[in-house]
Amino acid sequence: MFLIPDPVVRFFHRMASPPHFYAFTQRLMPWLTVIFVLVTAAGLYGGLYLAPADYQQGDSYRIIYIHVPSAWMSLFIYVVMAVAGAIGLVWRIKLAEIVAISSAPVGASFTFIALVTGSLWGKPMWGTWWVWDARLTSELILLFLYLGVIGLYGAIDDKRTASRAVAILALVGVVNIPIIHYSVEWWNTLHQGPTVTKMDKPSIHVSMLIPLLLMAVSFKFYYLIALLQRARTELLLRERNAQWVKNMISEFK
Amino acid sequence: MTMQEFFAMGGYAFYVWTSYGLTLIVLLVNIIIPVVQRRQFLRSLALKHKRQ
Repeated sequence: MFLIPDPVVRFFHRMASPPHFYAFTQRLMPWLTVIFVLVTAAGLYGGLYLAPADYQQGDSYRIIYIHVPSAWMSLFIYVVMAVAGAIGLVWRIKLAEIVAISSAPVGASFTFIALVTGSLWGKPMWGTWWVWDARLTSELILLFLYLGVIGLYGAIDDKRTASRAVAILALVGVVNIPIIHYSVEWWNTLHQGPTVTKMDKPSIHVSMLIPLLLMAVSFKFYYLIALLQRARTELLLRERNAQWVKNMISEFK
Repeated sequence: MTMQEFFAMGGYAFYVWTSYGLTLIVLLVNIIIPVVQRRQFLRSLALKHKRQ
């Protein structure tokens, strides 16, 4: 392949092989867990203890350290799911299909967390648990898209057909992603505008920004761990009759 | 800052700790479900293998 260095191509070729993927992710797991625990501990210490209270919102703003990273993950995972689905659709790579469907429950969970923590933040700050404004409504639609993907996959028995159906649904739903992102600019909403991603200068103090970014990294690692756990289970279920699974079982007992 | 002040969260304890607690539960469940599922499946496969 042009422009992509040879070792990278070889890495993805090997990762697309089910037995290699299964063994490699097992060896990877302790490292991912250690990094996740360290980054999370640093992020929580910085966010809950070191960072000062907000001059307007008091300590209630500390919900930001899970609310905003969860909302970012809800969008990020959706895009990963749609891209993996598209790769599975075009090249029929089994592992791409598995990555796509294994992302759905994790993405749905982060969307749920973003919605609930937003509600718990909105009640003391806005005086209401919920409003039907553009940001909140489009995020709720995202949750329904994830649930739709999970439901559709479960409803079709042949998992290769199910993966194709799910990929198409996920790709159609991508329209919602820019709508969520720009909703606070396009519509007049109760939800506050972006505080971090403004290109000129983020309107958040560095002592609050660093823990926020640490939590964003922590959730990325969490996603990787949860995704791989689901993917390994899904792979086993699909490959139950393959020779490598039989070999593994005979070593297992 | 005392421990009590820390847990009081400036009067927002309910909102802050409910958020963090719920997040912890959801994230834990997402790891436990696939791991338990895989173990059960491997055990059932091994049992089937033994019978053959």
